[in-house]
This record gives sequence, structure tokens and C-alpha cells, in this order.
Amino acid sequence: MMASNYNAKEEDGHQPAAIGHGGAGTVKNKKPDNTAFKQQRLPAWQPILTAGTVLPAFFVIGLIFIPIGIGLFVTSNNIQELEIDYTGVDMSSPCYNCSQSYSWNSTKPCLCSVPFFLDQPFESNVFMYYGLSNFYQNHRRYVKSRDDSQLNGDKASLTSPSKECEPYRTSDNKPIAPCGAIANSLFNDTLELYYIDPNGSRTAIPLVKKGIAWWTDKHVKFRNPGGNDNNLTVVFQGTSKPVNWRKSVYELDPSDPDNNGFINEDFIVWMRTAALPTFRKLYRIIHKKTNMTPTLPLGQYILEVTYNYPVRSFEGRKRMILSTISWMGGKNPFLGIAYITVGSVCFFLGIVLLIIHHKYGNRNHSADIPS
Amino acid sequence: AVFSDYNYTLWNFIPKNLFEQFRRIANFYFLLIFLVQLIIDTPTSPVTSGLPLFFVITVTAIKQGYEDWLRHKADCSINECPVDMVQQGTVVRTQSSKLRVGDVVMVREDETFPCDLLLLSSSHDDGTCYVTTTSLDGESSHKTYYAVPDTMDFKTEQKVDSLHATIESVAIYTGMDTKMALNYQSKSQKRSAVEKSMNAFLIVYLCILISKAVINTVLKYAWQWSVDRDEPWYNHRTEIDRERHVIRAFTDFLAFMVLFNYIIPVSMYVTVEMQKFLGSYFIAWDKDMYDEELGVGAQVNTSDLNEELGQVEYVFTDKTGTLTENNMEFIECCVDGHVYIPHCVPVCTSVDQCGPVWTSVCLCSCVSQEHEDLFFRALCLCHTVQVKEEETVDSIKRGIHLGKPTSFYISSSPDEVALVEENVQCIMSGTKGVVSSCVCSRFELLHVLNFDSVRRRMSVIVKSSSGEYLLFCKGADTSIFPRVVSGKVEQVRARVEQNAVEGLRTLCVAYRSLSPVEYEETCHQLDDAKLALQDREQRLAQAYDLIERDFTLLGATAVEDRLQEKAADTIESLQKAGMKVWVLTGDKMETAAATCYASKLFRRSTQILELTKKRTEEQSLHDVLFDLSRTVLRQRTLSGSGSGNYREIFLEISRNCSAVLCCRMAPLQKAQIVKLIKASKEHPITLAIGDGANDVSMILEAHVGIGIMGKEGRQAARNSDYAIPKFKHLKKMLLVHGHLYYVRIAELVQYFFYKNVCFIFPQFLYQFFCGFSQQPLYDTAYLTLYNISFTSLPILLYSLIEKHISIETLKRDPTLYRDVAKNSLLRWPVFLYWTCLGLFNACIFFFGAYFLFDNTTFTSNGQMFGNWTFGTLVFTVLVFTVTLKLALDTHHWTWINHFVIWGSLLFYVIFSLLWGGIIWPFLNYQRMYYVFMQMLSSGPAWLGIILLITISLLPDVVKKVLCRTLWPTATERAQVGRTLFRLFIVACGLLSHFSSMAMRGCWILA
Repeated sequence: MMASNYNAKEEDGHQPAAIGHGGAGTVKNKKPDNTAFKQQRLPAWQPILTAGTVLPAFFVIGLIFIPIGIGLFVTSNNIQELEIDYTGVDMSSPCYNCSQSYSWNSTKPCLCSVPFFLDQPFESNVFMYYGLSNFYQNHRRYVKSRDDSQLNGDKASLTSPSKECEPYRTSDNKPIAPCGAIANSLFNDTLELYYIDPNGSRTAIPLVKKGIAWWTDKHVKFRNPGGNDNNLTVVFQGTSKPVNWRKSVYELDPSDPDNNGFINEDFIVWMRTAALPTFRKLYRIIHKKTNMTPTLPLGQYILEVTYNYPVRSFEGRKRMILSTISWMGGKNPFLGIAYITVGSVCFFLGIVLLIIHHKYGNRNHSADIPS
Repeated sequence: AVFSDYNYTLWNFIPKNLFEQFRRIANFYFLLIFLVQLIIDTPTSPVTSGLPLFFVITVTAIKQGYEDWLRHKADCSINECPVDMVQQGTVVRTQSSKLRVGDVVMVREDETFPCDLLLLSSSHDDGTCYVTTTSLDGESSHKTYYAVPDTMDFKTEQKVDSLHATIESVAIYTGMDTKMALNYQSKSQKRSAVEKSMNAFLIVYLCILISKAVINTVLKYAWQWSVDRDEPWYNHRTEIDRERHVIRAFTDFLAFMVLFNYIIPVSMYVTVEMQKFLGSYFIAWDKDMYDEELGVGAQVNTSDLNEELGQVEYVFTDKTGTLTENNMEFIECCVDGHVYIPHCVPVCTSVDQCGPVWTSVCLCSCVSQEHEDLFFRALCLCHTVQVKEEETVDSIKRGIHLGKPTSFYISSSPDEVALVEENVQCIMSGTKGVVSSCVCSRFELLHVLNFDSVRRRMSVIVKSSSGEYLLFCKGADTSIFPRVVSGKVEQVRARVEQNAVEGLRTLCVAYRSLSPVEYEETCHQLDDAKLALQDREQRLAQAYDLIERDFTLLGATAVEDRLQEKAADTIESLQKAGMKVWVLTGDKMETAAATCYASKLFRRSTQILELTKKRTEEQSLHDVLFDLSRTVLRQRTLSGSGSGNYREIFLEISRNCSAVLCCRMAPLQKAQIVKLIKASKEHPITLAIGDGANDVSMILEAHVGIGIMGKEGRQAARNSDYAIPKFKHLKKMLLVHGHLYYVRIAELVQYFFYKNVCFIFPQFLYQFFCGFSQQPLYDTAYLTLYNISFTSLPILLYSLIEKHISIETLKRDPTLYRDVAKNSLLRWPVFLYWTCLGLFNACIFFFGAYFLFDNTTFTSNGQMFGNWTFGTLVFTVLVFTVTLKLALDTHHWTWINHFVIWGSLLFYVIFSLLWGGIIWPFLNYQRMYYVFMQMLSSGPAWLGIILLITISLLPDVVKKVLCRTLWPTATERAQVGRTLFRLFIVACGLLSHFSSMAMRGCWILA
């Protein structure tokens, strides 16, 4: 006579976890705190991107960007730049012979002079770059092939360079200093610039080699082993020069102890691997002498090249670039054009949105207010 | 004999947990990447993937270890729970884990069996005991078990009788061998729809990743076909490398995989997990879901399904205890047309029941009218209520004083409990007054004509102390009235109908006095029918039909199972939100329907389609299909085992109904219905809510199971994914928490993929400019920290506290729920949009930087930048764009958002300054030295960064504004509506009272 279909529920579900009779039932949650955080009621700013709020922003962006763009564009256009390819691919080019008769072992440097004409005087400081094309300084095997502690003057790394430097780590069982592919392929053309007076005489343009590398690189990141004052020849004893170098690292600039060894600025510049396969690197600076005369007056010039660096094998190109610099760097119309474009697009979008806002916006809002 | 439920011990935790974790495909993938990085020469250091992986594994291990520790504690409490064991005639108290097969165990009333037992004897003379088997099969009914006859008398011999042992039994199976443990199914992992989308997206990204790696490998070999490109004079391979040209292609492929592997974000898993884990606290913390009476708030048992709450399409709800209070209340009775309501009834009765056979009623003499006397006698006698205690009046009094009389009555029908209780309460009120005047009359219970759903009535035949034979009958109005010959039928009928309209459960009571001759005849008929070997049921029915006639109507009772507070409002909101609400109940159809009407699930205007026949012909079902104007379907019996065809038809009909009520459902049938809907074509997301053990199967089956933590025990709550105190809390749970969590996690998932596309695609593009040499664009520190620290916190906090629309609006307007229905924010077009946005941004970053760097300088001192500056520029733009994109998506800027978003950006800047500011002694490279500072010292870099960020964000802003203006969703309208409202208030405030007080008021309102 027991009930067989019992709908009213039982007092205690007998689950294993609840064997302590009524134990689970007595565990009572504490009443939740009535704090703004726990109740998700923190005071908040609740912006909404509607046509109405975005419109002014678009116009403001347009109004700011267009003038900036124009400024940048004009600045970029005022920069003077001259680029000379001296690779010597053409038969007619002055460096053709040098580029053909190239050999790593030749002791006699190959010289060639490239004449060029400057039809506009370069007024301010002129920066002289060398540029390489199709040279993959950003190749992974290449980028990592260096030993930063060796370059920082660490004696242990000097004698046993990092494994990353392979296969440019040792030569003749002696550690290479500086080791690695980057150092090994140091750009070793010498560029000299001569102004040809109308009367035919050559005047050497003074090229300054200080200040082409980052200050921090030159003074902190790169250090000669045992300090810069020591006799580098002694310090580097027991190491070998990189395979493709003609002279040792302590002979890079014997004239200036502050520019020799690892802290040679040309070397430091080269060690900063470029981002793209076509790149330029700062070579020399031509300082403006007086306010009266331009740094480089217009006229005939000659670029004297000591042609050491082979690029033909990988279809590379070598260039020499002369450029003035503004506050925004070298000649690059991209930024200016991009700013003008974005500014105009914003302005245009602002107008479109204004129309849409007037046509549709009111309809939506009027429907919303009662709700 | 030890019951164990935990996964780990102290010793095997680390290896076993690691093994378990790496069985997850994502973790395994990251482990592979890490191993590849360790073994082959890869572009990025193993740290970049090892550190995040270590982080993820550790966090997960801590979480799982903590959960297992809790389980250990729970198991201990079971295994150490005290058990009375009979040894050599004495009772010994021991721990349940010490039980061995063959031990004799003594179990007292209301105790849980420690193991599988064989009943030897019980304190009842007849060797019976009543057992519920809820934890085994979910049936909460009391089942009678008989002791083995041979051992029935053992209780005296073993002298346990004096200890009031209720049950004494022999342990058959103990520990992990018990039926319980064998039956114990660990809750199967429920996976949310979001997780499924996420996995689909992951596969897409895996394909992208592999194709990227393949493309790059092929292009690499095409590009370096000529030796001068492969090995120009300035960049030779090592000898070892040169010799390995056979496997080189494969390692190249792996290296590309490693380089691009960040496109599948490691940290996404840990962020999603943290979001779910931390986010669930907000549910538990919600004071709107706290019930003062019970002293409990919402409880989250699994945090994996927070977002699924925002995707529910079908709600399956239990009726009793879920929609209703499961607290039957006697409302009124009507005797001879006179209506009595409780506490005014001048009748005093008492129930004294010794076993199921003898029933005696103590009637107070204050009853004057004969019919009323009979009416209450009928109520007292005509039932199947069992009193659990032996001592009669004392215990009842005690029970009432304790305030929970229900625990003393058990019956097949809660109505009866309510009626008997009411009578008992009458005694109490009576005994307070004139106890001495009580006259006891004893009745002998002769026959019980049990209730069945066809007759819809039950009867008892009793013999009073004066030797009179009486037949009392109680049943549904429709089954009583035709059999009534005398009594005030019209008045009672009118009252009954009125009560029914009010949603009360009504019962009519009638009697018939039998002469001894008639009684003999009746006995004869009944015995004949009962002993019949064939067609017993049919013959019993015939006999009943003959006996139950010529009644005199006594009156009617009305009992109310009150609806839970705001149940109707909740159901209405759920329906407005686009959910289909099905009521699955074990109840009778009439009561269930009444509840449905009361809870506004059915309206007076809805057409009702009833599928009540047991075997409905398929043809008729087809007919029904054509007539879909009917909206409500009730189903009494689900032929779950029927043909597949039948199921489909049922499915098709019911899916077209706005509300469905399924009656007379066994627990398993409820689960079958849920399964049926789950398996239908659209694979809708189902939610089951219930409060009792009979709902457990459905709760476990549904995508989301919600348990009501009523006063009715916690079986359902414990097996559920979420437990709430009241049905009304479901509204906030789904409409607010579900909606918000869905929006949050959808953004989280999409954003994670987006930011990693932005991150990795520039690296892919860079390969075209570095000779496909796997040169990473970014520094190792950036690669490692991008997902861990630079961009992790803003999205985590966003996904915890974003409120794209206020809680009040969500509650007020349930239709907003439809905006996120059907996984709308994670559909393929949306995913495609995010991916394209990511690709577009990546191209902007890369080519923007490319043109800035293009063969020129952008410093004012003419010095040049290298590849690391290039990468840092891209990375800076990337971090800012990705963070600001999130800022644009944030609708709810609390101080936390401000802190985290601007803080992350600041952290990036500070970190970069630090990272590049020192020669780090433990690093073997110093490539980042002063790179960031040099970059910032150049004006065009700043201008370029600002420009690229603007370009990257522009399309998304335009898209947002256009969509909002031209095709606004309901949510967006609600957002704008709110803003206008706020602006309006602020404006009014400013105009009318330009005082600080008004200003403060405005801010509060805002």
C-alpha cells in the first residue's frame, strides 16, 4: 500500500557527498556583498560610436592630417638627393673593369673614378651614403652570425667566439675577431669626393667619419677588449682577421685610436643589419663650412672609388648617395602623401556620414525615444 | 571498501596531470612546437613557446589540483562516516571504509546506506522497510523491501531490538563495487557552443598556418635555386648544415611552423579558462539571485557554460517545485454548499494509524451537522497517506511545533498530504480548546479501491465502531458527479468550477452507506476480480464501476500548489526572448495544465492540441502536421521506444508549437525528450531546470542544467551546472548573465584570433623580403610577451566586466536576447570579418613600415635604422592598434578598463625602454639595445605610428558607424536610446538647476 508515484520531493538526495546527514544542506552561502564591483555596477563612462559622435572626430582628423601631410610633403620635396650607381655593369661605366677583374686575393686595389654633375647646390649638411641592393643583410643565417659579447670587449668571447658565428668562427684554428658573417662581409670600398673647379683643378671634399654610428653603439655596445686605450695589436694577438678582410680589425683606422678596432664607426654602421635587401648606410658627413657658401656648390664632381666589394655574383648594385637631411630625415614622400590621403579620406567620410546621419539617423532616434 | 572519486594522489599528481593535460590537442600541439624548437635550429628561441606553455600548464594544474583536493575532502567524509556494525551480538561503531563483505550493519531511520545491503530484519513486525532509491535511479518514491523470511526474527536473538534498529542488513558489496559507485557516472564534460566554434576557428587557423608554412617553404626553395642566392659569398652555410640537404626541407617547414605558430594563441585557452572561472564569481555574487529565506545565492558548479546561458533556445522545466512552490496549501472546502476556509472549520479530527490497516479517527464533539462530520471522516479515511512515526499524537504535535509537518506524511499525491495536514491542524486548534470533549471513534479499514488515472477517483470501505459499513469516495469532479444521486450537487458544482478557474486543484468527496448484504456482495465482486487470472485489470475496473455508484455528495476540497513568485513573469520574458518553454512533469494533465495557465505559458486564447492517446496513429499525426494553427501540445505518453518515424513526427509537431506540456513523464522520459530536441536538425541549445531527483537525468542531459535549491533537497542542485534558489532567478541568469557572458566571450574569441593575425601576418610578409630565411620580425621578448602581457589583461578584463548594455535594459527588454541567439557573434561571416580586419591591419603595419624604411632615413642626424627597429616599429603600431581596437569595442569604461588598457600600453613602453636600456648580461645578443629609444627620438617615427594606427582603426570605426546608422540591431537601438535619455536628463539638469546638487543628481542618474 506504499505510495508508488510520489511527486513531492524528498528531503535529502542521498548522494555520496552528502552522507553526513543534512550536512550539505546546512552549508549556507553568505549573503553576497553589495559592492559596486561584485554587483557589476561600477560607475562607468559609456561611449557609443554613433555617426553623431564620430563625425566631429573625422573632421578633426581630416583638418589635422591634411596640413601635416602637406608640411611633410613639402619638406620631403625640398630635400636634395643625388644617387650614383657605380657597380659597373655596363661596358660604358667607369667601374666596369674593376667589377670584372675582381679577386679577393689581389693586393693591388682597383680604382675607378665616376664623374657626375651637380645641377643644384646642396645648401645644408650633406650626408653621404653607400647603398647596396639585393644584399640580404636580413637573412636569418646572416643576422644571427655575430657575437655581441665579443664586440662588447669580452675577453672570453674574444678567444672563443659564439657558435652562432659558424662558419666564420675560426680560421687556421685561431678565433676570428670580429667573428661572424656580418663582420666578415664588411663593406670595404673607399669613396672619395672631388670638386672639379671650372679651371680644372680637383679639390677634395672633406668627409667626416665621426657621428655616422649611433652614439650608444659607439660608446656602450661596442668596446675594444681591455678598454680602448690599450695597444690593440697586443690585445688582438692570438686572433685571426676575418677571412675576407684585407687587414686586421686593429688596422681599420690606425690614425685615430677612438675609431679603431671594434669601435670603428664604419664597422659599427655595417654591424647594424638592414631591414630590407635594398638599403643604404651612412658613410660620411660633409659639414657646412660657412653660412655664405653652399656645402656642395653646383658643378662637376668626381667620385673616386677604391673598388673592393664584389656584388656582381649575387646581382647586387652599389650606389653612392648624397642627400641633405631635414627634421624628418631623408627624402621620402610616402609619409606626406599618406597623411594627405588619410586626411582627405577622413574628411570625405565625415561628409558621407553627415549625409547618412541626417537621412537615417533621425529616423532611428525618433523611434527610440519612446522606448 | 573505500569509495574513491578523486583522480590524483600526492605522488602521481604531476605525471598524471601532465599526461591528462597534454592529451588536450591544443596543449599537445604547443608541446610539439616547443620540442621542435628544442631539437632543430629554429628562428625563435624555445623560451618563446616554452614560457607561455609552462604558464598555461601551471595555471591549469593548480586549478585541477585544487578541485581534486576538494574531492579528496568529500571522499574522506564519506569513507569516514560512522556505521553501526553488529559484531558478536553487540553494536560497534566504525568507519564506513572499514566495512567488509559479510558484515552485519545496522541502519537507523533516515540514514544512508553505506553500501549495498541485504535486508535481514527490520523493526517492523512484518520485516518491511521503506527505502528511497533517488541516488540510484532518481525515483524518489518510497519502496517497500521485505526482509529475508528466514532472518526476520533475528532481531530479538541478536538483541538489537532494544536499540531501535530500523533495518539490519548484511553488506553485499562495499566500496567501489557498490551499485551506487558503479552507477555513479561522472558528469560528462559539457562543451558549449562557443567552444565548438572556437575549435572550428582553430582548425581554420591551423590550416592557414600549415599553408603559410608550405607556401613559404616552396617559395624558399624556388627562390634559392641559384647558389648565389642560397649561399652568396657573404653568407655561407656551415659544413654540417650543407650536408644535411635531405632533411633540410623538412626542418625548414618546421621552422616556418614555429615562426608562425603564434597565430594559434596559446594564451587563448588560459584566458578563456580564467574568464570563465573568474566570471562565474559574478553569478555567485549577484545579490539579485540571493534568496533571503533560504539564505543562499546562485551557485556555479561548472564555469564552462557561462556563455551557453546566452544561447538557450529550449527551456525544459519541471513543474512541481520549479514553477510551483511544491507546498500544497489547503484553501477551502465546501460541504453541502457551505464554504469553509481553514482556521474557521469547527471540526476536530485526528489521525491515528497503526500500520496501513487500522485507521481510527478521533472526532471532536463540536461537530454538529452530520454531513460535515462525514465529510471530514471521508477526508481522514480515504487516502493513502502513511504516517511515519509510531507514536501518534505526540509526534504530530512535535512535528507541527517544529514547523515541518510534511516530513511525517508520505503519499502518492501531495494533495492528500495537504488535506490530511489540514485536518491535523484542525485537531490542534481543537485540542487547544476542548480536549476533554474528544470522542474517539474507531474505523476498520476493509478495502481500498486504489486510484487510477482512468477512473480518476479512489474509494475506501470502512466499518465503523457501530458496525456500519461505509464507502467513501474521493476523486475528480468529472468522475464523481455522474455517480451522485443525492446531495447539494448544484452548489458544490458551482464552487468546484469556480475553484478550477482559479487554478486550484479540486477534489470531490462522496459517500455511500452499505448494508451488510451489499457489503458481502461487494467483497465477493472484489475478491473475484482480484483473483482473476485473466484480464484482471479489466475485471477490477468493472467491479469498481459497480461498487462506486449511488453516491451522496458530501462536498469538495480545493488545494493550491502556489506558483513561485514571478514565475509567470519569468516565463513570459523567456518566451519574449525567443526561447521555447516546455513543461515536463510527472503530474496529471489537468493539474499541469492549470499551472501552465496560471504561469501564462498557455493563454486563454491559445489553441490546444492534445496528443493523449497512447498509440496515436501515424496518419492522424500527419493530419495534425497540416494544421499548425494550433499552438499548444500536450503529450501524455512518449513512446520513446517507438519507431524513429514516430519520433520525427512528434518532433516536427512540437517544434511548431509555442509551448509544450508533457505530462506523466518518468525521469528518464524527460531526459529522452531533451535528447530528442538536442538531436534535431538545428541542434538547438537546451536548458533543463528542475528541483528534484526526478529532474536529474534531464539536467544532466541538457546542454545547460539548472537546479533549483528549494527546500526539497539538493539532488538536482548538486548535479546541475548552475543552481539558483528560485525559478524567477532564471530570468536574470539567462537574460542578463547569459547575454553578457556570451557577448564577452564571443569578443574574447574573435579578438584573440584577430590580434594574433595582426601579430603574425607581418612576419609572414617579411619572409618575402628576407629571402624566406625564417628571420623573425620581432625580438624574442616581444614574441614571448605579446600574448602573455602586452595584450592579455585588457581583453581578460574586458571579458569580465564589459557591459555593452545596462543590466536594467537587458531585464526590461527580453527581446534583446534574440540579438545574440544562434551563436550570432561567432558565425562564419563575423569570423571572416575579424580575420580580414586582422589581415588588413597586418598589411598596413608591414607595408607602412616598409615604405617608411624604404631606402631612406628618417632621423634628423642621417643615421640609419636596422631590421630590429623595423620590427619594433611594426610591433609598436601593432600593440597600440590592437589595444585601441579593444578600447573602441569597450562600451563600459570603468576605472578598471582605463587602468588596464592604458596601463598595458604604458607597460609596453616602459618595458621596451627597459629592455633596450641596458646591456643585459645574461643575453648573448644585444640587438634591442637602444633600438626603441632611437626610434622614439625620430619625429617621423611618431608621425608614422600615429598614421598607421589611424589607418588601421579607420575601417572598423566606419563599419561600426555605418552598421549602427543603417542597420541597427535591437541592442544598438537600446544603447542609443539609453544615451539619448541620459543626455536629455543631463541637459535638463544643466538648464534648470545649475547647482552642484543637480549636477550630482545627474551623475547618479547617468
